[in-house]
Amino acid sequence: MLSAATRRRAANWLDERLGVSAVREFLRHKTVPLHSATIWYYFGGITLFLFVIQVLTGILLLLYYRPTPAEAFESVQFIMTRVEFGWLVRSIHSWAANLMILTAFIHMFSVVFLHAYRRPRELTWLSGIVLLALALAFGFSGYLLPWNEVAYFATKVGADMVASLPGIGPPLARFLRGGEEVGGATLTRFFGFHVAVLPAITTLVLLFHLALVQKHGISVPPKLEAESRRRGLPIPQMPFFPNFFLRELMAWYAALGVLGSLAAIFPWELGVKADPFAPAPAGIRPEWYFLALFYTLKLLPSHVWIIEGELLGLIGFALLAVFWALLPFWATNRQGEIRTRLVTGAGVALLAYLSTFSALGYWR
Amino acid sequence: MKLRFAAVLVPLGLPPPAEAKDSCWECHAVLEGPLQRPAALYKADVHARHGFGCAACHGGDPSSDDPHLSMSPRRGFRGKISRAAIAKLCAHCHSDASLMHKYNPRQRVDQYAQYLTSVHGQRIAQGDTAAATCIDCHSVHDIRNVKDARAPVHPLRLPDTCARCHADPGYMAKYGIPTDQFDKYRRSVHWQALAERGDLSAPSCASCHGNHGATPPGVSSVAAVCGTCHVLLEELFNKSPHQPVFASMGMAGCIVCHGNHEVLKPSPAMLAGPKSVCAQCHDPDSSGAIAGAEMARLINDLRASLDRARAMLERAASSGMEVSEAQIRQQEAEEAWIKARVAVHAFRIEAVREPVETGLKLAAETYRAGVAALEERNRRRIGLAVSLVTIAVTMAGLWMAIRAIERSQGSS
Repeated sequence: MLSAATRRRAANWLDERLGVSAVREFLRHKTVPLHSATIWYYFGGITLFLFVIQVLTGILLLLYYRPTPAEAFESVQFIMTRVEFGWLVRSIHSWAANLMILTAFIHMFSVVFLHAYRRPRELTWLSGIVLLALALAFGFSGYLLPWNEVAYFATKVGADMVASLPGIGPPLARFLRGGEEVGGATLTRFFGFHVAVLPAITTLVLLFHLALVQKHGISVPPKLEAESRRRGLPIPQMPFFPNFFLRELMAWYAALGVLGSLAAIFPWELGVKADPFAPAPAGIRPEWYFLALFYTLKLLPSHVWIIEGELLGLIGFALLAVFWALLPFWATNRQGEIRTRLVTGAGVALLAYLSTFSALGYWR
Repeated sequence: MKLRFAAVLVPLGLPPPAEAKDSCWECHAVLEGPLQRPAALYKADVHARHGFGCAACHGGDPSSDDPHLSMSPRRGFRGKISRAAIAKLCAHCHSDASLMHKYNPRQRVDQYAQYLTSVHGQRIAQGDTAAATCIDCHSVHDIRNVKDARAPVHPLRLPDTCARCHADPGYMAKYGIPTDQFDKYRRSVHWQALAERGDLSAPSCASCHGNHGATPPGVSSVAAVCGTCHVLLEELFNKSPHQPVFASMGMAGCIVCHGNHEVLKPSPAMLAGPKSVCAQCHDPDSSGAIAGAEMARLINDLRASLDRARAMLERAASSGMEVSEAQIRQQEAEEAWIKARVAVHAFRIEAVREPVETGLKLAAETYRAGVAALEERNRRRIGLAVSLVTIAVTMAGLWMAIRAIERSQGSS
């Protein structure tokens, strides 16, 4: 047993080198606003938690996965049937990916409806949008890796969409596919993107995003701020550590429970091995987070005036994405006030569109 | 000059130049009733598409608008072709290899030679004009390629075409042959494959009887006809003890047990029990009947094991368990069942036992895989329940810790 003096000396030694007391001091003073909408603050943390789960389960899958058309499907099959708890790791990886995108969307819409994107948090919003795009890219690249029939043809459709873009489309599609068709080169590339390129970029953007959250603190909805000013009372705060941290930990446990239940009760299916020479199966559709885009493109006529319907749809989506990414800049009027009604209306409209079209794309 | 040249070519069976005048069509198209009908039909005829006009068969001079000239026997006009002369007229072109090569290089040119050997051709030669000739099967004036689904000789329509005469008791009365072949055929597995599954390779009348050389297969050739598709079965049968016995008794091979036109879906019930076909010859206590019963038992046992294993795998798969490897093994077991059914045609118990034992082994393996998958599913659910309880307890502990911390913060 170490004596108190020895322990103190060891703590001082570490503090001198790591600056632990500075961190402790920072945590002691960091607070989180406490109000009726505080619950939405947890979703950023849950998304981060699911990302960490993705990284850990992804590393475990890497021990057995082989990124070649001849071995990819069989290696995933091996993971699911022969590797101890392999089925659980693969199911958790797949379910966590979907839950992470869901919580990222919830986090984004909570930021919109609580107007947390406003000055000086424009870059926090933009980095968040980039993280959402990276999450979708993770989903798109990871979907192909088991090399099953549905994934193969969904990737083919996705790559064809990219190829239909004017100018940059064909070379970009060739770059993504590693050739003119989805094949072994595509699988190798997607694997490289999924396990090296995207994680590296995501880690950097995520650190930037978290640093900005620390720098600017957690936003309070403008309505509550105005109310507080009017009453002359400060907004109640809760200490970040341990109060908020322990609550966040509870949220993570809840997410873990949901994730474990989904993985155990509905193990992620493997399907049938992809056969590039077979005709595309009927009723093929992408993952749920691309369904709104998929269904919109399906509804468009083959030509609108002289423009191809699919191209028009993709241009429309690209413009919508840019418009949405620039939200903090059009949400403020010349007097620096937030156009709350406009933003809330746009948020509701986007949410209604995404959920309705995703549901229609799923059921039809 | 061009028109005269065409008029000389046409009776020889050569097509007129595409832009040649065709007064036959011009006049008949504006006539009424039966005289208009050939002109109306001929537009869809395969010969018209290749540039052949009416005169190619009927002769005459289509370059002349004067009916006395265009239909003058001096200009080769033959008018309506007699039934006895039809086959020979068609053969004028269809037996000419160099001519047919220009239009369809893969087309055979021995149809007429075959036809002359057929019952139809022989009866026509004997002066029986009721017997079938080319136009009875291929139609007239609207003849279409055999691949055209509207052609009466298209595989899907051929049984109906043959049945037009062969299922007509009045028409067949003078020949003294049965007219129930079509009805029986429509109850057969062959008809199911052809008409219900749309399998154009499934056998219909011409597959066994031939088309142009249409002849009923004799007793000695039945196994050979069936064997053109059922190669393995024929091989087994020819080596079996039944083959010499059936041959010596003048009994046709396959049809003794399976029938001819009404070939029903075979089942182990044909080997034993009240529907046993073995019982037609074998007494119940004879070694043949006992062997039949044993083969039926073996096949039925395998079927039951396969069904049990498949149900178990389906249960496991519907629970989300990964059993695709076992499903592939199950497919192999199903193949063993097919092999066992085929092996029956060797009429030896040992020949059936071998694939049955292979199948039983595989079925037991896949059944165990299904049971293991369901046990694994149950273990997962127990594991999940334990995990959820642990998580709930931890969350409750955290909540109590938060409350305790906040109480102490409040009091301080």
